[in-house]
Amino acid sequence: MSAAAVKILIIDENRIRAAIIEEGLREAGHAAVTVIHDVAGIARRIADEQPDVIVIDLENPNRDMLESMFQLTRAVKRPIAMFVDRSDSASIEAAVEAGVSAYVVDGLRKERVKPILDMAISRFNAFSRMARELDEARTELESRKLIEKAKGILMKSRGLSEEAAYALLRRTAMNQNRKIAEIAQSLITAASLLGPGDGT
Amino acid sequence: MNARVTAGFLPLLDSAILVAARQKGFAADEGIDLALVRENSWASIRDRLAVGHFDVAHMLAPMPIAHNLGLAPLAARTIVPMALGLGGNAVTVSLPLWDAMRAHGATDDFDPAATGAALRAAIAEGQRPRFAVVHPHSGHNYELRYWLAACGIAPDADVEIVVVPPPLMSDALAAGRIDGYCVGEPWNTAAVAKGVGRIVTTKAAIWHSSPEKVLGVAAGWAEANPDALAALLRALYRAAVWCGEAGNREELAAMLAAPDHVGAPAEWLLPALTGRIAAAAGETAAVPDFFVPQAKAATFPWKSHALWFYSQMVRWGQVAASARNASVARETYRPDLYRAALKPLGVALPGANAKVEGALTAATPVGSAGASLVLGPDGFFDGRIFDPERLDQYLTSF
Repeated sequence: MSAAAVKILIIDENRIRAAIIEEGLREAGHAAVTVIHDVAGIARRIADEQPDVIVIDLENPNRDMLESMFQLTRAVKRPIAMFVDRSDSASIEAAVEAGVSAYVVDGLRKERVKPILDMAISRFNAFSRMARELDEARTELESRKLIEKAKGILMKSRGLSEEAAYALLRRTAMNQNRKIAEIAQSLITAASLLGPGDGT
Repeated sequence: MNARVTAGFLPLLDSAILVAARQKGFAADEGIDLALVRENSWASIRDRLAVGHFDVAHMLAPMPIAHNLGLAPLAARTIVPMALGLGGNAVTVSLPLWDAMRAHGATDDFDPAATGAALRAAIAEGQRPRFAVVHPHSGHNYELRYWLAACGIAPDADVEIVVVPPPLMSDALAAGRIDGYCVGEPWNTAAVAKGVGRIVTTKAAIWHSSPEKVLGVAAGWAEANPDALAALLRALYRAAVWCGEAGNREELAAMLAAPDHVGAPAEWLLPALTGRIAAAAGETAAVPDFFVPQAKAATFPWKSHALWFYSQMVRWGQVAASARNASVARETYRPDLYRAALKPLGVALPGANAKVEGALTAATPVGSAGASLVLGPDGFFDGRIFDPERLDQYLTSF
């Protein structure tokens, strides 16, 4: 059996993350990768696909259902164990840390599965990092918009230059030990309460 | 004492004791910084306990036994030094299944014998209803099966039993993917509130004063941190007392309703706390001891409870009967740790580690160390008795 013959099923409601993992596995030479986003009818899918390895995010609420299915039903012909080797605690810890759980059919050799699990872990981590960066970028953009708006209010109501308006916001933030965006938000809120025109 | 303890929990009413221990300052009073982490599945609770993310967790009572019997993948050795209350579950069916049961004489008083007989008659007409439970190793699975079997319904032949996560139960029922389920509150009341299901019986009616959730503790953590564990048990005991006081119900319901905790409306949580259960909208009836957080030694880890769960694991083919397996189940529960930790509180503690389950037909004062203690009633609806001293006889009686 060549490396490409290991059949992998990815179950992830997050389509972007699933795509990232799938891409990583395909790049590593695994051609038999199936992705499903919805657990409805999963018993039939597993019976059809007969996967050797199932990768699912740790937070998926349906894991109890999946595990009981692995234990009880005839949908899965070979018994499925979680992870590869219980003695490989570093690997298990890395997986749980990354939010990955993996189920592997019994008898599949550790050397065959380890690279797949490692790939899933690294892609999960990459996705988390990306999501965090995206979140930060979004917050940053929101902050800039708030500060622009607050500057406009100060320039108009107090006749300040743009630089002076920004300096005032920054000084206030430093004095109150708060972020400039928070001061800007407070100012915008106050302006919208105080009078028409200057606010939103 | 100054220790940080991380506890995993699922969004269920019976996480109440853990939530109150943190929110009402009982943990802090004992020098415990109790961090609560909400999880989505029992599998996650198990995994994160195994890798040390959690020190302790809200667990289905049979789970730690299954861990120690090697029935669960990747499980840490787990001990049970405390239970987290008695009761709290119910059985809910879809409206079409209820109509069929009603046509066969189902009563609306939660009587397990009457509703079970009606279900059996409906099945005899050719139905094969699909029921959901929350986990194979759960009180829900075993009490549902106990009820069905005692009513002449074979759980593996006459019905199908599947696993569905608690918060998704009522939606699965509404969508017709399942016909009924056994789950903890508020997920029965949720189906009633949404008008998609009817509560037909309760855990308290099937087996009065029966065990449900426990505090599962990673054995390694318990051995390395005996003082922190003892302090935590005292905090949880005091939290259980607070949860059991009628005057605190509204506050507790509001606390549990928060998105970080159960994340469901407070009015869905109140029925279990007051014991006034609505089988359907506007049909409310009192269920004695529906959920008992503290009274009747509700937090005591009875070895007879552990052995009853083991007996049901054997009964339903999850584990082989052996003296060794029975011993693993018995030793999972640690009433010794409970007693040692609570001794300084001077509260009523059972003198025995095990009791005959189902023997008490009425509330009965029992011998205890210190203050007085009342136990029971603890009967099974079919009148059977479980004597842990006669385990083998019980196993062969089914």
